[in-house]
Amino acid sequence: MLLRHTPKDVVKRSALTINPAKTCQPIGAMYAALGVHGCLPHSHGSQGCCSYHRSTLTRHYKEPVPAATSSFTEGASVFGGQANLLQAIDNIFTVYEPDVIAVHTTCLSETIGDDLKQIADKAMKEGKIPEGKTVIGAPTPSYVGSHVTGFSNMVKAMAELAVPSGKKNGKVNIIPGWVEPADMVEIKRLAAMIGVDITMFPDTSGILDAPLTGEYTMFPEGGVTIPELKAAGDAAGTLALGEWCSADAARWLDAKCKVPCTVLDMPFGLASTDRFINVLRTVGGTTVPESIMHERGQLVDMISDMHQYFYGKRVAIWGDPDQLISMCEFLVSLDMQPAYVVTGTPGSRFETRIKEICAGQPYEVKVKARGDMFEMHQWIKNEPVDLLIGNTYGKYIARDEDIPFMRWGFPILDRQGHQYFPTVGYKGGLRLLEKMLNLILDRKDRDSPEQSFELVL
Amino acid sequence: MAKTKKLVQLDPADIKEELLKKYPPKVARKRAKQIMINEALGNETPPEIVANVRTIPGIITMRGCTYAGCKGVILGPTRDIVNITHGPIGCGFYSWLTRRNQTDAGSDGENYMPYCFSTDMQDQDIIFGGEKKLEAAIQEAYDLFHPKGIAVFATCPVGLIGDDIHAVARKMKAKFGDCNVFAFSCEGYKGVSQSAGHHIANNQVFTHLVGENETPKEGKYKINLLGEYNIGGDGFEIDRLLNLCGITNIATFSGNSTYDQFASAQHADLNTVMCHRSINYVADMLEAKYGIPWIKVNFIGTEATAKSLRKIAQYFGDKALIDRVEEVIAEEMPKVKAVAADVRTRTTGKTAMLFVGGSRAHHYNELFMEMGMKTISAGYEFGHRDDYEGRQVIPDIKVDADSRNIEELEVTPDEHLYRPRKSSDELAALEAAGYKFKHYDGMNADMDKGTIVIDDLNQYEAEKLVEIMKPDLFCAGIKEKFSIQKLGIPMKQLHSYDSGGPYAGFKGAINFYKEIDRLVNSKVWGYMKAPWQTNPELAATFVWE
Repeated sequence: MLLRHTPKDVVKRSALTINPAKTCQPIGAMYAALGVHGCLPHSHGSQGCCSYHRSTLTRHYKEPVPAATSSFTEGASVFGGQANLLQAIDNIFTVYEPDVIAVHTTCLSETIGDDLKQIADKAMKEGKIPEGKTVIGAPTPSYVGSHVTGFSNMVKAMAELAVPSGKKNGKVNIIPGWVEPADMVEIKRLAAMIGVDITMFPDTSGILDAPLTGEYTMFPEGGVTIPELKAAGDAAGTLALGEWCSADAARWLDAKCKVPCTVLDMPFGLASTDRFINVLRTVGGTTVPESIMHERGQLVDMISDMHQYFYGKRVAIWGDPDQLISMCEFLVSLDMQPAYVVTGTPGSRFETRIKEICAGQPYEVKVKARGDMFEMHQWIKNEPVDLLIGNTYGKYIARDEDIPFMRWGFPILDRQGHQYFPTVGYKGGLRLLEKMLNLILDRKDRDSPEQSFELVL
Repeated sequence: MAKTKKLVQLDPADIKEELLKKYPPKVARKRAKQIMINEALGNETPPEIVANVRTIPGIITMRGCTYAGCKGVILGPTRDIVNITHGPIGCGFYSWLTRRNQTDAGSDGENYMPYCFSTDMQDQDIIFGGEKKLEAAIQEAYDLFHPKGIAVFATCPVGLIGDDIHAVARKMKAKFGDCNVFAFSCEGYKGVSQSAGHHIANNQVFTHLVGENETPKEGKYKINLLGEYNIGGDGFEIDRLLNLCGITNIATFSGNSTYDQFASAQHADLNTVMCHRSINYVADMLEAKYGIPWIKVNFIGTEATAKSLRKIAQYFGDKALIDRVEEVIAEEMPKVKAVAADVRTRTTGKTAMLFVGGSRAHHYNELFMEMGMKTISAGYEFGHRDDYEGRQVIPDIKVDADSRNIEELEVTPDEHLYRPRKSSDELAALEAAGYKFKHYDGMNADMDKGTIVIDDLNQYEAEKLVEIMKPDLFCAGIKEKFSIQKLGIPMKQLHSYDSGGPYAGFKGAINFYKEIDRLVNSKVWGYMKAPWQTNPELAATFVWE
């Protein structure tokens, strides 16, 4: 099962995507919606979309992913999906009793032009939405953007719940972007250490990292609550981590609710974590505690200890733009060489950012938004790398080309632990270093000739 | 597991009522017809179940869509055809290697399964139409790989905007000359489940591939294996057994298959059907067009495997083959029996629930019986009435709008290639000896009286069933896995096998016995409560005080 038909010659393709480095909007909306307390995501379209998204999220997080669907058949596709959605809303509130239904569209319902807001209003008028319950919606046509765009759109729908009371509450909104539940826990821990009172949305911790107890509840304890989202309009400010995932929601709060926002990179690695902590202590009006300085120092210590193994190593990375930007910066800071950086998500700013990060480095960086893994593999065939960093689909390239491979990003279907161990923050940086180092040293041990196979490395 | 848990004695009617209690009246009325308390015993006429009907919007279903059935299930396991998904990126992405279709790339090495090809439609393609982009994509695929075949799959928006994918395919096929290009109108909204996709896929495979290769195939006893998908290597194990017996498998539809296998299927002398649901109509068409009779087989379970091999041998009626099959069974069986005997000491009396596919729930029932386990509730995700009640009900099945939009091919005997494999006297003699062609009794006939049979089970009912009946094992798919396990019940995926397998044939049975033993006797289910939860101390004291 190797990619043995991938030719070395790179021919320009205009129509055929091969081995995409992205997927479609609705799955991002579904993941984001799971980060709201008591929320059942709902896919407005034919049932296959919902099934595929649930399967992929379940395989990645190894957790139940409940979500409903409008189950379009041919009739709904011709006459519109309103009747299906109204019936779905009624059934969902009766059977599953969520606090919130987060509806997202699909390429099907978008193409026929279903208007979520109008349908939700009708459901309200017809008494299908019980007192105190909420229906939110996000347009997520699959033929625009990527799964990252869908995530962003649903997060914006959450922000739109904000109702400013005119009185600031002193809290800081943090929009963490598409990161693991463990990363969300880590961001909350860092904010607590600095002493900043935050509202984080979405927050999938507690939901997609639930314990095994013999009990199942469709709506576990975690997640941002609707009252918290309503109060987001009274916050002192918003920190959006990631331009692609989080900025739209933050800017909406800024424009509509006068909550000033700062858009930062996701805090993967040293420099982006430094910036995150620095902004957090500034907006919180606090000082950075010694405990955080201690963690930072440990990360710097490990970088210095391990620098010799990382220096000059060429890396191919692919995935989501916000994650890649911070990872690329981290790799450069380690004196590694991000040789190929590919995202399927569109956005020309991505290529600009990566080029800025790598400016002045003595090596060429090939970067592409709207790229695919087939072309990246062709680049690798022409000029190999020492390490691959990306989602599970990289395992075929890793095996074909015999390159060490660090799974990171989405989706990871064939390994576990990523949902429990953060890679954001200084502690997360240590984990990234450890994982990369083990790969590089395992390879060294494997490839060393017998006479230079050594105990101490 | 706790000893007091058995509540299975509950009246099935009460369980059914409990499942329906929470639904709005209209939903409850519909679901009531899809939940059946099995009364079928022996040759009694089983009660009717409503199946293959629309999923209720808002009810969390286990089902997938027509595209998934077509691209993922049927064409997914074929290695040397380039499968291009025409649509936005998602559908192609999610059906990329997620069905565990193993393949042996053989000496030619041609294998496109690890690739995902998509036209990645953008909004301008939706507005202005995607035919030009599709045409260019097919050209690019041809230029890069020069495959024997390129298949195109329509996703939801393609049907809505009216791209004529078949016209594009015809044009490109004519242009290339040496590459068969064909298309599937398998938009996700067609039909009510993935079952519609199987039908659309099979029709096109039959139309565009079968019969293409007229060069005769060698082999004394030539069969096709229909409805086997080589999940976890099942097809490899079945092929191993067929080879041992001296039976030639011309084509597997479609596990570990190739273009040439489909193209040569008309050379077989017997069709054997594994998954009745996904492919029974292909067996009918092969018989009508080429004169190849078909029988239902099952290679899941050792008794079933032995029976199926004997059935094939009896068809050919050759003593050498009949003896060889007995030799193979005699050689394989003791190893299986030894493991079974050991495992049964730990599995006997345990209970299972099976909610899988459209034949698998029935097939796996056999394996559980061999382990002394009892299936207390079962059903299909995308079955039709005949899968539950047997083929005799096919004429009575109402054809509704959702089935009517799936093309039924008119098949007549092929002028040159139709050849009856047996004379009517030979067929009559076989039938007089109890041999059954074109026959399937359905799942219900093998289920105990009082078993609850549920079509299109959903998450709410699954949880309720588990809470009420507390099975020792639940079998379904990935979407169901973790909510069931949170309840403390081990859950075995029988679509993807949880990365296990093969489970078919004799070696497969050994794998399955061991796997189920591991699951139902795992220590982990005893760890869910901390010691202080099961034996709380009311007043805290320091023990060293």
